[in-house]
Amino acid sequence: MTDQVVAGVPRRESSLLRTVRGLALIRESAVGMIGLSLVLFWVLVAIFAPLLAPFPPNQTGLPLSPPGAVGLEGNVYWLGTDQLGRDTLSRIIYGSRQVLLYAPLATLCAYLVGIPMGLAAGYRRGLTDDILSFISNVILSFPVLVLYIIIIATIGASGSNIVIAVTFASAPGIMRIVRGLVLDLRNREYVFAAETRGESPWRIMLVEILPNARGPLIVDACLRLGYVVITIGTLGFLGLGLPPPDPDWGGMVSELRSFAIINPLLAVFPCIAISSLVLGFNLLADGLREVSLRD
Amino acid sequence: MLIFMFRRFGTMVLTMVVVSILVFLLLEINVESVAIKVLGPYTSVEQRNLWLERNGYFDPAILRYLRWLGNFVIGDFGSSVRFKVPVSDVLWPRLANTGILGGIALFLASLIGLTLGVIAGMREGGPRDRGVSVSAILTTSVPEFASATFLLSFFVFHLGWLPGTSGMADGFDLRQLVLPVMVLVIYDWGYIARMTRASMAEVMTTHYIRTAVLKGLPYGQVIRRHAMRNALIAPFTVIMLQINWLLSGVIVVEVAFGYKGFGALLYEASLNQDIYLIEACAMVAVFVAVMTQTLADVGYTYLNPRIRFS
Repeated sequence: MTDQVVAGVPRRESSLLRTVRGLALIRESAVGMIGLSLVLFWVLVAIFAPLLAPFPPNQTGLPLSPPGAVGLEGNVYWLGTDQLGRDTLSRIIYGSRQVLLYAPLATLCAYLVGIPMGLAAGYRRGLTDDILSFISNVILSFPVLVLYIIIIATIGASGSNIVIAVTFASAPGIMRIVRGLVLDLRNREYVFAAETRGESPWRIMLVEILPNARGPLIVDACLRLGYVVITIGTLGFLGLGLPPPDPDWGGMVSELRSFAIINPLLAVFPCIAISSLVLGFNLLADGLREVSLRD
Repeated sequence: MLIFMFRRFGTMVLTMVVVSILVFLLLEINVESVAIKVLGPYTSVEQRNLWLERNGYFDPAILRYLRWLGNFVIGDFGSSVRFKVPVSDVLWPRLANTGILGGIALFLASLIGLTLGVIAGMREGGPRDRGVSVSAILTTSVPEFASATFLLSFFVFHLGWLPGTSGMADGFDLRQLVLPVMVLVIYDWGYIARMTRASMAEVMTTHYIRTAVLKGLPYGQVIRRHAMRNALIAPFTVIMLQINWLLSGVIVVEVAFGYKGFGALLYEASLNQDIYLIEACAMVAVFVAVMTQTLADVGYTYLNPRIRFS
């Protein structure tokens, strides 16, 4: 069998396993657990959306019903309906799918671009660092939303363009963080050992340095996820987000807000949804930071 | 110090040049789409070509860029396609309006953020610290459009205390500023408070604070005279950098409340594909952001002599 353990030699745990074990410490942080539950709640809602939603998201019915109104077929509109009579609760439930698809995807893309940039800048230093740092400073000097509006105004509003815009705007920030971590880690002995063994620079960066920088990066990823959720919502609110008719929380708020004079409560529900998801990510990040500082 | 300032302003100019190239590449490199945006989609190819020809759009891109940049530097931003007036006629009044809104918001956010940050950082991990930290996370988790909706439904529709829009149709009205300012402050104070808290907590662990406490000085005096002076250096930078954030925030808030400011102008410009107006707004926004960043750096170096020559 391949699993044989040589007596006296403890098996080296894989880096992945240790990360998972580290993340499991989150249960010691009350704040982190609240955050984790909020995030998990929305993940489950997104997965089981067809089972949970009382209506299909784009089915029309009685327009602008108040929360708790009964529809034509006897179904209850728990959170009311919009101007086309679409059930707000069902649209919030289906909207979680959009946001939980695009936010992690965009964040992942930003990391895939930002991490190599940061590794190269921090490990090679010199001219590479100067050029990459200057580029990122230029992009970061844009007020974020101004940058998003210019990009979306140029390439148009769609799911993939949101991913592109978020990647473009967030990668420099990620690069900065990774660069800072690498500058600290590159003087460790195991890096010198790897260099002496003659390992290639990218192998050193990816195998020796990056795994040791994972702690702060995981915390940053949580914060960033929350922020990307806000961004997607804001773009939707401004009408620059995902195209209709599929539900997106920001877009729902901007539609329902116009009818606040009829019922101001209608627009409040999608706001609660997005705020609770962002809060979940932020609390999770706070909990992870707290736990990682402890040891 | 003088050399440092020269270098810092040199970087700033260089950044602006690269930003201008970026804006130019994004918006002007495709002349066909420029013509469509300016003349409208229902024009013939001949009309567009004539217009492009007359305005020198068939010149090499570098020449066009230099001419474009030159016009920008002397303050000639071209004409707004939508408003049919020179861009500067709409831009500057709108910027002044945003200055009022942003100025009040930044002042209040700094005041609240610094005060609560100092209180939280005095005893790290204490109940006040937890309270401030958790409320900071809570308020920064609410997107601006969401808090605008919450406040609107409560103060305008439930209580009926405040006006729901801030269009200033009948002249300047301070009551119309309350909700936009509140939204900006709610979103912003948390960052300042968290930075101040971290800085304060760090200062509280230093030897000179311990000495001051041990030699029997009143606690309030230790905080005010010894701790706060050093702890407030780092938040200074954060507050200056908040201006960059505020420029994003005002877009949402101005759109949400119909406030006639710079952010709403940029938004309308982008909806109408008003290309010269978008360019001008973007360049002005970045200029303000880069300028405050530079001032933050210079100010920080002035306040903290330890890093001045390193």
